[in-house]
Amino acid sequence: MTSHFWIMVLFAFFVSLVFAVLMRDDPRAQLKTAGMMLGAFVVAAYVLGWLMYPLPL
Amino acid sequence: MSSKSTAAERTRAAAEPGILALVIMLAWLVPGAGHLWQGRRQKGIVFLLALPLMFAVGLMLSGRLFPLELSEPLVFLGAIADRGIGFPFFLARFMDAGAGLVTAVSYEYGNTFLMTAGLLNLLVILDAYDIAVGRK
Repeated sequence: MTSHFWIMVLFAFFVSLVFAVLMRDDPRAQLKTAGMMLGAFVVAAYVLGWLMYPLPL
Repeated sequence: MSSKSTAAERTRAAAEPGILALVIMLAWLVPGAGHLWQGRRQKGIVFLLALPLMFAVGLMLSGRLFPLELSEPLVFLGAIADRGIGFPFFLARFMDAGAGLVTAVSYEYGNTFLMTAGLLNLLVILDAYDIAVGRK
């Protein structure tokens, strides 16, 4: 398992899951929060990755 | 209504210092056990499955379980984070896992998984404590 992207997605999955379960009590709200957090983590990492692409200049 | 009074009774029982310490120890040793013991079954099962699995993935990615070395502050902090997961840490040490392979491409990822699993369990312990003292 050496794909940086999928390792990042797996990491984001675990962190999102634990945070969502800690923050919300209702299972549906937990799923919604976990999904939103996972999406935000992955999109943010992807965008930041491309923004850093030209570095070092 | 009935579930509220049950939760209140549980809270009163758990607020005793001895039982509170037991909840914290249990929550540290077995991720999710603090929640399971206080009747939060769904949350407890998720923590019980997710955190040891995250720790195991860290070991599979050739991460290292850091030694408690006070002379190296960052290594020491990493060691504290590693130990946050409780029993899975001791099990891994017993099985001679977590030596870390610094030349592996996934070495740093493995370390991140191992330390984050431990730190997340510390948050879970705080949540179990909050439930025990009636804040949640």
